[in-house]
Amino acid sequence: MTALTNPLTPVADQSVTNKSRSLWQEALRRLIRNRGALTGGIIIILLVLTAIFADVIAPYTFEKQSLLNANAVPTWITRLFPSLKPYAVINEQYPIGADKLGRDLFSRIIYGTRVSLAVAFIGPIISLIIGVIYGSISGFFGGRVDNIMMRIVDVLYAFPGLLFIILLMAFFRTTLAQPEEGTFSYYLGQLDSKFGGLLFIMIGIGLTGWETQARLTRGQVLSVREKEYIEAARSIGATNWRIMFRHILPNILGPLIVLETLSIPGYIYTEAFLSFIGLGVNPPTPSWGSMISDGSRALRAYPNQALFPALALAVTMFAFNFLGDGLRDALEPRLRGTQE
Amino acid sequence: MTNYILRRLLYMLVVLFVVSGITFILMHAVPGGPFDREKKLPPEIQANKEKYYHLDDPLYVQFFSYLSRVAIPRVTTIAPTLRTDDDYLINLKMGDYWLKWMNFGPSYTSRNRTVNDIFREQLPVSFQLGMIALTIAVVIGMPLGIMSALNHNKWPDYVGMGVAIFGVSVPTIVLGPILVWIFGVLLQWLPPTGWGAKPPFFLGLFPKALSWDYFKFAILPAFVLGFGSSAVIARLTRASMLQVIREDYIRTARAKGLREQMVVMRHALKNALIPVVTIVGPLFAGLVTGTFVTELVFGIPGLGKYFVTSISNRDYPVIMGTILLYAVFLVLSNLLVDIVYAILDPRIRYN
Repeated sequence: MTALTNPLTPVADQSVTNKSRSLWQEALRRLIRNRGALTGGIIIILLVLTAIFADVIAPYTFEKQSLLNANAVPTWITRLFPSLKPYAVINEQYPIGADKLGRDLFSRIIYGTRVSLAVAFIGPIISLIIGVIYGSISGFFGGRVDNIMMRIVDVLYAFPGLLFIILLMAFFRTTLAQPEEGTFSYYLGQLDSKFGGLLFIMIGIGLTGWETQARLTRGQVLSVREKEYIEAARSIGATNWRIMFRHILPNILGPLIVLETLSIPGYIYTEAFLSFIGLGVNPPTPSWGSMISDGSRALRAYPNQALFPALALAVTMFAFNFLGDGLRDALEPRLRGTQE
Repeated sequence: MTNYILRRLLYMLVVLFVVSGITFILMHAVPGGPFDREKKLPPEIQANKEKYYHLDDPLYVQFFSYLSRVAIPRVTTIAPTLRTDDDYLINLKMGDYWLKWMNFGPSYTSRNRTVNDIFREQLPVSFQLGMIALTIAVVIGMPLGIMSALNHNKWPDYVGMGVAIFGVSVPTIVLGPILVWIFGVLLQWLPPTGWGAKPPFFLGLFPKALSWDYFKFAILPAFVLGFGSSAVIARLTRASMLQVIREDYIRTARAKGLREQMVVMRHALKNALIPVVTIVGPLFAGLVTGTFVTELVFGIPGLGKYFVTSISNRDYPVIMGTILLYAVFLVLSNLLVDIVYAILDPRIRYN
């Protein structure tokens, strides 16, 4: 038996890795050929660079106030929005104007990139980890475990998501606002305020975003669980863990990544929305959502204060949507043309 | 089928029980109470108020008495009164007896108002907004999807899917202020905020008169709300249409020499719409629950505002009521979809 399997194993292994690598390379090639996805990717890279080098690019810091220049606008803005002319304080030093506290809008939008991108990259990781672990346990063990775990997901599905996340945020924000020093919640609160309130947003998104991922993972695990190579792995004595992580996960990764990429705009929007209603990042940390909220209160007088952050948010969501669509076409070529 | 529906309804009760349990635990875990103020009330008054609303009972007593008030119908000889703790959503007179059902409790923060008052006056506004938005979503989404599928990989397809990507990428808080600025401020064609119908409503849900004075308030928010969903519908319609159009029976229909219009309308569309119907249910629930972002942007007096303020006010009955209401919407619309699905597709049998 050993004589048979030993020479065979490396060969089989090699062919598998070769094939899978070329599969990913093929996907990458398809992705780059897709013009929409490429544009989206380039915009995202630019956004990442903006976020990293925000200190260099932004002419001011995001919190520097100048009350003399409250609501100031440069001349070209007054030409673009003729309605605001009689009110405006003209100051050319602000590229797209200042907000009601005299903080530079442009700099705040630049720094706001950090918040949105942090959510865009960490949100999916949290929901991927929870969802994949939950879904693969459910699918892998099947039977009663599967039944109970999926019923739990069903119940969570009945929760109105946005309301649930608001409730969660209120819970986090007030419970951990002034905790006693030395307790666990104190350190959590410290960590959160260090990130400008982002930590709880991430936790909230992670806690509400994983159910779809769990369902998909379970379905995928179920579909490959009975395949012959799993049986082969089991027959040579591989442990459940090993089968799960070496044999099942790599084979179902494609659809999971596609789903996560496509849900990124949703995460970005959730953060912007939470900041819009005042449960998001702590001021003065700039978030596009809170800027839109502030700006839309002065929409009649100073439309530039809401429109530019809105534009930034829309462009970012566009980029992630295009990339996600392209990624789906690239990773699941069977769906190409039938699904968009 | 009846069996299936009954089982689903039973299951729905379980789901609602769990949802109310989690919400109850979560909202009581948030520190502070409904009567905490910046300037503290004298402790006797505070205690009195809490006693009046039974907030001094153990939590599990509060929870189960709330559930029994909401869920269990009661039969009494006492006619409905105007007291805030005696306001039932359903009051039926049967001879000498009154059947009262669904008491969601008083609101703690607005005196003289009950959660049922909020349901009567604010919910219809959200409901109307959701309905109009759904109509807009279907009216834009389906033709867009069909057009894209029939012109697969030609320019109408690209335009259609471009609009769809635009729809999913431009959220309410972006599109809302922009449209308000263009149509409300710059052109002044439409009012930037407000809603065109006031309570009492026709049948408790619908506006009394449908006129321009009503719709001019509804157009912008409903479009903003429905546009994102129209993108979802367009993509799904296109995908399912593309799949159906490659089926053998379409080829057969063409081979019979049917006109293309007939093939598309009678044979392809009917089957392609089945998956689309399944998404309309969750979409509708999402639209009704999602209205509250739109309500904030457009200053519409709907349910959404109450939910957000009720959380910061610790107005427990309002929080429970709104979450339960939305959950009922979600579960019921899913059930409805499954039933419609079975009617549309005779191959599906629920046992």
